[in-house]
Amino acid sequence: MTTLTIAKAINEGLRATLRNEPKSLLMGEDIGALGGVYRVTEGLKKEFGPERVVDTPLAEAGIIGTAIGLALRGYRPVCEIQFDGFVFPAFNQITTQLAKMHARSNGQLTTPVVIRIPYGGGIGSVEHHSESPEALFAHTAGLRIMTPSNPNDAYWMIQQAVTCPDPVIIFEPKRRYWLKGNVDLGSAPGDPFQAHVLRQGTDATIVAYGPLVPVALAAAEAAAEDGSSVEVIDLRSLSPIDFDTITTSVQKTGRLLIAHEAPTFGGLGGEIAARITERCFYALEAPALRIGGFHMPYPVARVEEHYLPDIDRVLEALDRALAY
Amino acid sequence: MGAAQLPTTEFEGMEPDDRAEAAAEATAGLPAGDMVQLLDERGVLHRHAEYSAFIDALQPDQLRRFYSDMAAVRRFDQEATALQRQGELALWVPLTGQEGAQIGVGTATEPQDYLFPTYREHGVALTRGVDLAQLLRLFRGISNGGWNPKDTNFHLYTLVLAVQTLHAVGYAMGIQRDRAADPALPPAATVAFFGDGASSEGDVHEAMVFAASYQAPTVFFCQNNHWAISVPFEVQSKIPLVNRADGYGMPGIRVDGNDVLGVYAVSQWALEHARSGEGPVLIEAFTYRLGAHTTADDPTKYRLAVEEDKWRAKDPLVRLEKFLRAQNLADDDFFAQVRADGDELAAYVRKATLAMTLPDIRSAFANVYAQAHPLVTEELEWFERYEARFAAGDSAGTTASDRTEGGAA
Repeated sequence: MTTLTIAKAINEGLRATLRNEPKSLLMGEDIGALGGVYRVTEGLKKEFGPERVVDTPLAEAGIIGTAIGLALRGYRPVCEIQFDGFVFPAFNQITTQLAKMHARSNGQLTTPVVIRIPYGGGIGSVEHHSESPEALFAHTAGLRIMTPSNPNDAYWMIQQAVTCPDPVIIFEPKRRYWLKGNVDLGSAPGDPFQAHVLRQGTDATIVAYGPLVPVALAAAEAAAEDGSSVEVIDLRSLSPIDFDTITTSVQKTGRLLIAHEAPTFGGLGGEIAARITERCFYALEAPALRIGGFHMPYPVARVEEHYLPDIDRVLEALDRALAY
Repeated sequence: MGAAQLPTTEFEGMEPDDRAEAAAEATAGLPAGDMVQLLDERGVLHRHAEYSAFIDALQPDQLRRFYSDMAAVRRFDQEATALQRQGELALWVPLTGQEGAQIGVGTATEPQDYLFPTYREHGVALTRGVDLAQLLRLFRGISNGGWNPKDTNFHLYTLVLAVQTLHAVGYAMGIQRDRAADPALPPAATVAFFGDGASSEGDVHEAMVFAASYQAPTVFFCQNNHWAISVPFEVQSKIPLVNRADGYGMPGIRVDGNDVLGVYAVSQWALEHARSGEGPVLIEAFTYRLGAHTTADDPTKYRLAVEEDKWRAKDPLVRLEKFLRAQNLADDDFFAQVRADGDELAAYVRKATLAMTLPDIRSAFANVYAQAHPLVTEELEWFERYEARFAAGDSAGTTASDRTEGGAA
């Protein structure tokens, strides 16, 4: 066990990847000498050279499009998109090409490209630097989506993504980059597409992922002081979603809350609510409730605290669920 | 084409010759002397200081092969168009007029090169040894691919414009790394195909930026066929496309795309340039789409028959036939044999198309991901249960296919 921040854990995970997988390489804007705007790739260019830690021209479609070509040649590119709001120039390459290459080749081609995207708000930043576009990608068949909430997952998920034959997007909770935690450098935490129950409870289940996992845990702690026993699930994978773990939990608790920073409309919370309602209809004591962003462009930094789900917003939803 | 008899009302009042002439001049941009042409429209072969050596090295059977390949793919094109008209294909993308550009560049490639086509590169496919009947799987609705690119290093057709140019550069970056790791590997390059319309897409720009930045071994092969469906080239660019190469820092060559020998020669030069580590090259093959954009298109709506006639006079097959006959390299028997071979190919393609077995929707489930995905598995299991109900006959004799639009297959 060693204690690392999420950013450093990803850095170490990338280092392990570059050491263990000779066909892997990193691509992105400012990832070389600078080490990325969040320093996640710090020191890697110096250690592995410019052919494996590639500073690219400033063009997101170019990064993903050339990564697809490299993957067709047998490479395993790990691409960094600098910020969530800047992934859209590459949206075409990701959704029409990367996601479909295996299917349209009738299984003959694989494109194991990994895309890292820092996402989410809460850092007081300017426009386009605080978004949560994960549902747009989870909606696209052919992609796998992971999001770590802690340093141990951050360290291992990147390595598991690189060995996966399918394209994987890792959404990194940027406001948690400096969150510290224990990392077990010796053994991986099992299936990266499996949800983890982080806290046991009997009265309600909160499903969260990425940046809102600490919020959900804190809300559960506060609820416990008020006498409610809340189970907390860290989804970890957004495609596929581990509905079995959620089902088992909701069969026990009878109440489901889903929290994410992304707008609730058309978000993953709605999908989870619908499927768990189908699976757990007779066990539910209340409708599944969503806690998320509003249907608006991400607001300016000075008011983002009113947009982002926090402990009180989670507790408010919990009160509503418990009132049924 | 019916276009020869059907000038449209939109052009009434214009002087057809003037308009066609003006369009040709505007799109040409450069004086004719700046366009590489080895074999002219009369079938006369000219010397070129840089490129003639590639033609000098050709044997007579290779020269004849250019003709037989162009004729084969034109005959294939006619058969595919007929199959579409007869309802056997949903759509067809004719290449007629562009045989010289495609056979020229395709013949110049080596087996270890890797080619990224658009959706019209039927002639290039032929030179790579792709079974042409397999190209029709896409257009018959049987497959979104149809062949294994690894067999011929000819990638799947790509319908989203220009995206494949970036894949070509990425693949070339892989070649660079492979050769750095193992210098014994044969030099290789990629070819990125696109058209004058796609030249406006941002991905072409990014592909050229990346290729130039990393000196990737990619030949950008633009077939300027003058029409992006209905929009003329003048709308895409105010300067000749080849001039853009300067802006990226790579050599640019404009070649008469209807001169198969010229295209072959400049492609040889460009591929050798790229393979030897000198970086990317842009080739603009100046050609013309004699037919429609696709079988769903109607060129009489937007262009004049006189323009088509002008380009028909530059036919790549006609000029090579003149040359081969004048040089006593081919006689009537040869051309009769080419026609017979073409008919045989067409018959094979027709037979193979009609014999294509329908895919099973289960294969679509199987190929979404390379590694099992629980949601796909769950939906397939649901689908199997749903289908099994009809097979078991517990739905009053109604089957799923009975209810589909158009009835049972």
